[in-house]
Amino acid sequence: MFIDWNAFTPVSALVGGAVIGAAAAAFVVLNGRVAGVSGILGGLLRPARGDIAWRAAFVAGLVAAPLAYGAFAVLPEIRVDAGSAVLVAAGLLVGIGTRYGSGCTSGHGVCGISRLSPRSIVATLVFMAAGFATVFVARHLLIGL
Amino acid sequence: MYAAASFLAGLVFGVGLIVAGMANPAKVIGFLDLAGAWDPSLALVMAGAITVGAGAFALMRNKTRTLLGAPVRLPTARNIDRPLILGSLVFGVGWGLAGICPGPALVLAGYGAIKGLVFLAAMLAGSALFEFQEGRKRRLSAGE
Repeated sequence: MFIDWNAFTPVSALVGGAVIGAAAAAFVVLNGRVAGVSGILGGLLRPARGDIAWRAAFVAGLVAAPLAYGAFAVLPEIRVDAGSAVLVAAGLLVGIGTRYGSGCTSGHGVCGISRLSPRSIVATLVFMAAGFATVFVARHLLIGL
Repeated sequence: MYAAASFLAGLVFGVGLIVAGMANPAKVIGFLDLAGAWDPSLALVMAGAITVGAGAFALMRNKTRTLLGAPVRLPTARNIDRPLILGSLVFGVGWGLAGICPGPALVLAGYGAIKGLVFLAAMLAGSALFEFQEGRKRRLSAGE
């Protein structure tokens, strides 16, 4: 293991993280809920009365973020290396896994750890470890197969 | 009112993801690639987010109403069970394969990235599969 100092962006990471934290903070202080994206989105698939507008609004806010950002600054480049088949498999796994596991990087990783929830701390350790292991297998073991 | 606050929170959350680099799948993979050229940035994203978030959650922990008068509905489950572990494991594998988790999937869709839309469609299908399975379980346990 060696650190890629050229890719390391500590300032934007900390600032961006603080902005994410501020959004989660505003959400709990105003709406009284955990800003967990998988749960908020998933709830829209089983719509209940009075439970749709705030969910749809949060989702719309996330989708509108590049538009808002792009109005003030040049959007940073993004790169997706995975091909279509891998994207479909990955999406299915993320969709199923986050719902059975009751959360994702936002709900467990940001909000749950902020709340010191034991469930979220365990979930975050598990999905991080699985992510590290998956990239290790995909990038270093299967290479050249 | 709640919906407006919700929209703003989602918008700010998404802007944070873009600033942090979390919306860029290649950067996420760079963080998850411990054995390669490791980019530790995303650890600082988490640190920044938790530092700011922790105060707000501590403030709301014993409250029943929010500033807007909405009921506080924070998760109460405390048991570490099989669905939590297995679900998180499955999620982590998917996250490692593409470098995309649910928040960034929505932001990528907003970028108009075709690959982001493909991932998002599959993710919604996975989530729908969960709802279908849970609905069936509920009907079965209701004694039909």
